[in-house]
Amino acid sequence: MDAAFPEAARGADPWAIDGKFALPDEHAQLLVVGAGPAGIAAALEGARLGLRVVLLDENPVSASLMGLDVPLFYGQRMTAAVQEPARMVERLVASSPGLEAAFDAGVDVRLGITAWGVFANGAALNALPARVAGLSDGSRSWMCGFDALVLATGARDLVLGFPGVDIPGVMGARALHSLLDRYDAFDGRRLLILGSGDLAARTALLALDRGLEVAGLVEVLPQAQAAPALAAALAARGVSVLTGTTILRAEAGGLTLDAVVVRRDGVEHRIACDTVCLAIGAVPAIELAGAAGCRLAWRGDLGGHVPALAPGGATSLAGIFCAGDCAGLAEEGACTEQGAAAAQAAQDWLASGTQQHRGSLAPAGEDGTAYRLAWMRALLVEESVSAPVCLCEEVSRAELLGIRPPRYLGCRSDRMDARDGATLLRDGPLHPDQIKRLTRAGMGVCQGRRCREQIALLLALTSGASPADIPLASYRAPVRPLPLGVLADGDTMQDGWDVWFGIRTQWVPYDAIGTADEAALLHGNMHA
Amino acid sequence: MIAIIGGGVTGLSAAWWLARAGHPVTVFERFIVGWEASGRNGGGATHYQSPLFHEEQRLWPMMDELLGYPTEYRRRRIVINLTQEDEARYRSMALLTRAMGYDSEELDIKQLRELAPLVTEQALSAQYFHFGGHANPQRTVQAYAWALQDHGGRILQHTGVDGFVTRNGRVVEILAGGHSHGCDAVVIAAGPQTAPLLAQLGVDLPLAAARAEMIVTEALPLMPVGGVDGNGLYGRQTLRGNLAYGGGPHEWLDDDAYRQPARPTTPLLRNLSARLATLFPRAAHARVLRSWAGIIENTPDGRPVIDRLSSPDNVTVATLSSVGFGLSPATGRAIAELVTTGACSFADIAKLGLGRFAGLPADWRAARGWQALVPA
Repeated sequence: MDAAFPEAARGADPWAIDGKFALPDEHAQLLVVGAGPAGIAAALEGARLGLRVVLLDENPVSASLMGLDVPLFYGQRMTAAVQEPARMVERLVASSPGLEAAFDAGVDVRLGITAWGVFANGAALNALPARVAGLSDGSRSWMCGFDALVLATGARDLVLGFPGVDIPGVMGARALHSLLDRYDAFDGRRLLILGSGDLAARTALLALDRGLEVAGLVEVLPQAQAAPALAAALAARGVSVLTGTTILRAEAGGLTLDAVVVRRDGVEHRIACDTVCLAIGAVPAIELAGAAGCRLAWRGDLGGHVPALAPGGATSLAGIFCAGDCAGLAEEGACTEQGAAAAQAAQDWLASGTQQHRGSLAPAGEDGTAYRLAWMRALLVEESVSAPVCLCEEVSRAELLGIRPPRYLGCRSDRMDARDGATLLRDGPLHPDQIKRLTRAGMGVCQGRRCREQIALLLALTSGASPADIPLASYRAPVRPLPLGVLADGDTMQDGWDVWFGIRTQWVPYDAIGTADEAALLHGNMHA
Repeated sequence: MIAIIGGGVTGLSAAWWLARAGHPVTVFERFIVGWEASGRNGGGATHYQSPLFHEEQRLWPMMDELLGYPTEYRRRRIVINLTQEDEARYRSMALLTRAMGYDSEELDIKQLRELAPLVTEQALSAQYFHFGGHANPQRTVQAYAWALQDHGGRILQHTGVDGFVTRNGRVVEILAGGHSHGCDAVVIAAGPQTAPLLAQLGVDLPLAAARAEMIVTEALPLMPVGGVDGNGLYGRQTLRGNLAYGGGPHEWLDDDAYRQPARPTTPLLRNLSARLATLFPRAAHARVLRSWAGIIENTPDGRPVIDRLSSPDNVTVATLSSVGFGLSPATGRAIAELVTTGACSFADIAKLGLGRFAGLPADWRAARGWQALVPA
């Protein structure tokens, strides 16, 4: 039967990927993604060690991505200033003194450049000619090879929902810090802050420093959570913490937020505000590390799933290092140390090809998992079953836990009605990716940034599992939602491209197999 | 009990057909149902080359009702002709299928853009197949799983099969999850793992695994016909409106690649994006939300194996060789009949037997260039 494969074609599959990837468009000796404290420290240390360093930051993020709550939960609270990229670059440089130091040290600093993917050969992949990062400036994309890579991608917002969470004006603390500190482009006056830990307290103090009004902090637990010094600073400025209080709903006045209704000791209170800031926690931004295939591990003490790291920040992938909040939430000083250590480890790796153990692992903080679960549990009040979980795909909490097919299917089935999360649980532990496929929660244009942690917490509560045991929904390139026309390469593979595997015998109609007609039907049908 | 090894779309469908006929079935799935290529494919249901084509076409319109759960099936398919070469190729496909009794028509550009408004004005024409179609793979695999449970079948997830106990030329026990499960018959439909499982029974099944990739965009307004192929891509607009498309080069992998959890994607997503933006220029602004990869097995001739072994004689094997999803309603029925009666009553599938590979040279993968790349 191997007569179907003439000698001329033996030994080569023209439709396989082998050799088809072009070399990257450019190359960096040390590529650093993220110009926060860790990334800047890594770039400066890399330059000091004599490496040619490219330092990227996606900020200023385009107004259109911000409008999609990517990468942070901006809640439409940006001023019109974010529509002016040049002005945003000026503000960004002014607010990050380290950037100027990096320029001065000869680092190739690029702002407004997104790294949307990192690709390296490894398990089930050997086709790449080099380790590469996919980059974009918003109008085009290209590939950048690297010898070593430091991911310093920071953290993003933890979003837990309640009715009205989709009203413009509900936002995350990281986004608020970004709009206030980085861009000076926050469009709100009076904030209610959810949470009472250090993040919430710092957020409140920052808002007060910027002349904003803080309506208060809301805490579901009986005690406020911030460190004593921060709590004292808040008290000194007359900010109260409503403890033992849960959120019932946000209310809109016109198009945007008007008030939040809370319940304390069985009594409802309506708190007027134009902004609700979720400051319950943050999440290490591991999208790139996850999509690259770095081994990940649950570390509740570091804020959730983080890359499994050796000292010096080495990930499981050769030449790829991780530092700062994306390696585990850390104080700024620790981020700086980790960034420098990662650059040193990268230099050692480049020089010797072996992994030196230098520096220290991210220091463990307090495990915030129980606190997040307490918040999630408190938000599960009966009135909130209709609260949106996935804002993009409009999946409510009841629909998520009921494993309901999406509304647009208009599914009417008694058998479907008899199924829910509890029946699915009988088949085995719940997996967020399975729930996503069935309900579409997490499949929207924000790429699950606003719902994945909430879904994991809800699945943990439903199944009685620890959040540590809920698998991580997968991260995939592109880790930023970029248009087809931007990702499209300039040099499309033309040769050796088939719709499917290019196996000529595969598409011969069955009746013709083994007949005189077969040879003629090896060509000229569906595929090559 | 009939043991079904593999909770992919083929095994689940076979289990469902058996369960609805009143047979006790247990599905053994290494991880979660439909996790691999069964849940990660283009969702196409237009396999004119298969002896099960007629049954595929007959069953799909009934599947939602038969299963009791939604599959998102939609009939009809458009294939775009961008070049004269395309026109020649897809006209011959129309002729072939017309000879089998399935209608199609050639659309001019105006007719085409009414049915598929996103398509490029540069298209020459299109074949509009009034048959075939597409469904949602993820929703469909779960529908099979739930439906077979409704008929009393069992699914053991997170339960990989380690081995078999054979006695008097029959498999009598399945060793899985640290337990022994007595069985009367076995179906092995475990994708790339089908070959190593059969090897344990002394049966050689030539298979080569490869990785293929797809991308999906944000939702766009629905086109009247969602199943639109062209420009070297296969896929569909989902009922939500997303464009989910794949195509292009694959990477051959080592036989045990499926053991690794990694399903990495590559910068191929840029090529897929470029081709999709060329096919649908009005969607060039659509944001790509994800890419994904699946590991898929192929036989040496790319055709399925659906066969009941002669020894052990209570084992039925099925690998669909990379085109399993769309055919699954019919494949499951054929497998169920092989298990219960030893023959398929509604189609001649004799040419899909394992015996055709007797005498296959040992170096068949190398001869085709289907070898895994060596790590650089």
